[in-house]
Amino acid sequence: MLVLVVDTSTPAVTAGLVEVTDAGNQTRAVRVTINARAHGEVLAPNIAAMFDETGVRPSDLAAVVAGVGPGPFTGLRVGLVTAAAFGDALGIPTYGVCSLDALGAAASGSGRVLVATDARRREIYWAVYEAGVRVGEPAVDRPAEVAARVGAEVQYAVGDGAHKYADVLAVPVQQEPRYPPVSALAELAADRILRRAPLERLTPLYLRRPDATVPAGRKPVLQ
Amino acid sequence: MTDEPIVLGIETSCDETGVGIVRGTTLLANVVASSVDEHARFGGVVPEVASRAHLEAMVPTVERALRTAGLTLADIDAIAVTAGPGLAGTLLVGVAAAKAYALATGKPLYGVNHLAAHVAVDTLEHGPLPEPAVALLVSGGHSSLLRVDDLARGVQPLGATIDDAAGEAFDKVARLLGLPFPGGPPIDRAAQSGDGSAIAFPRGLTAPRDMREHRFDFSFSGLKTAVARWVEARQRAGEPVPVADVAASFQEAVCDVLTAKAIDACRSQGIETLLIGGGVAANSRLRAMATERAARYGIQVRVPRPGLCTDNGAMVAALGTHLVSSGVPPSGLDIPADSALPVEVVSLAEKVA
Ligand SMILES: [Zn+2]
Repeated sequence: MLVLVVDTSTPAVTAGLVEVTDAGNQTRAVRVTINARAHGEVLAPNIAAMFDETGVRPSDLAAVVAGVGPGPFTGLRVGLVTAAAFGDALGIPTYGVCSLDALGAAASGSGRVLVATDARRREIYWAVYEAGVRVGEPAVDRPAEVAARVGAEVQYAVGDGAHKYADVLAVPVQQEPRYPPVSALAELAADRILRRAPLERLTPLYLRRPDATVPAGRKPVLQ
Repeated sequence: MTDEPIVLGIETSCDETGVGIVRGTTLLANVVASSVDEHARFGGVVPEVASRAHLEAMVPTVERALRTAGLTLADIDAIAVTAGPGLAGTLLVGVAAAKAYALATGKPLYGVNHLAAHVAVDTLEHGPLPEPAVALLVSGGHSSLLRVDDLARGVQPLGATIDDAAGEAFDKVARLLGLPFPGGPPIDRAAQSGDGSAIAFPRGLTAPRDMREHRFDFSFSGLKTAVARWVEARQRAGEPVPVADVAASFQEAVCDVLTAKAIDACRSQGIETLLIGGGVAANSRLRAMATERAARYGIQVRVPRPGLCTDNGAMVAALGTHLVSSGVPPSGLDIPADSALPVEVVSLAEKVA
């Protein structure tokens, strides 16, 4: 079953086409553009380019898989609304995968791994994994707090947040995976895809409340 | 069967998730999901709250619009979306959704200007727009005077607010008077029983000196401050605030400036059609005053019904069918959401430089 995969939870604007079968998955095409400010401009043309490259037509798709974050909100929403609209337009199910889970599943070292992506504002989105399986809930914290809480129990770290704060985290950082890989996102949804599970509403993992500030230009009346 | 194009329009420039479907100049569906209640306690639209609401509402709103029109996506000829101006984060949700719908269905995409869409929506009610026309667009996000020579290609700015949008002033004054957000409708209601000439509030940018440099520009910041000072002076003196008179006098000042400048624009350009749009166009005094003043000069005023004046998807779809019918090329999938899209850009053509 041919599946469109998208993830925009990190600066890597990620899209892929994956053939998911009972015998295993085959990645047909991948487009990754690293640009934290261009999710909205890059994602759709990258998907179109994959269609052109592979000769796949949208109507060939059987499902859409989306990384639901956590991730910086504006970019994250691009992937989720793209996936949701594709699913709606084609009448095919959408499935969500925690983006950190894709990194945790793709991490290949031994022992426990800290997965960390950049949450901006000097914080990271993070979770700990053992044998590819998450231990606890994803969270957003300052790197020093994360180091204090789990630094002693993890053997290594992956993800762009781990690279950025390697000094503070004081855990060996593995080069790859740095961003949620297409193959892992597809694999984590493969079971649902193959048994044609009911479609899931793609609910973003924001982990932060919205800043309740009114935009500039809407100042108090006096002073 | 008809060969008029059918366009689905998506609007997310502020707090309304709007999806409309239009065939030619016939409205088939206009569905709006608003997050206005979530913003009320902040006294203004919170972009992140609005963006989250757009993501949740997008697909259900598209589905409701299609159901209302009795159509499927296969019946649609093109997807149009507001590319700007507006709030960057909220625009992006609509633009990304529109691209995905266009790509998944193989339909052309039109990224369009929100202000031009406010003009186009009038065609759904009053038919093709006589060109050239002057458009006065007033809402919580914009206050502009435009010259429309060719709605598909040529919109020129004549003037705009140099500080607050007119609708913002309504919101702020409503808050001062203890009226709910958004402030337009409650001020309009309160003003019905008030005296518009009770308090002489200032008319921004109408002094001779201002008229040289800012003949068609607006300023509502001074008015807003004047109302605040007047109300606070009353409160300090322990006197009751005559809400109806303040509302009516404030509304009179806003409408006086808006209509005077709009009619001056028509007369100076020799234009006989004045179109009024945007949320503030729902104001009853603005409609009445514009119609009365325009009649003196033989100027015809066109104002769409209130449901089409506020932000909605039908206006985007209406501009979309006009662009398709006019042979304007569609946009590429790489178009940005441009929060500061210039008013001259009616649609983002094939490739943006
Ligand atoms: Zn508007």
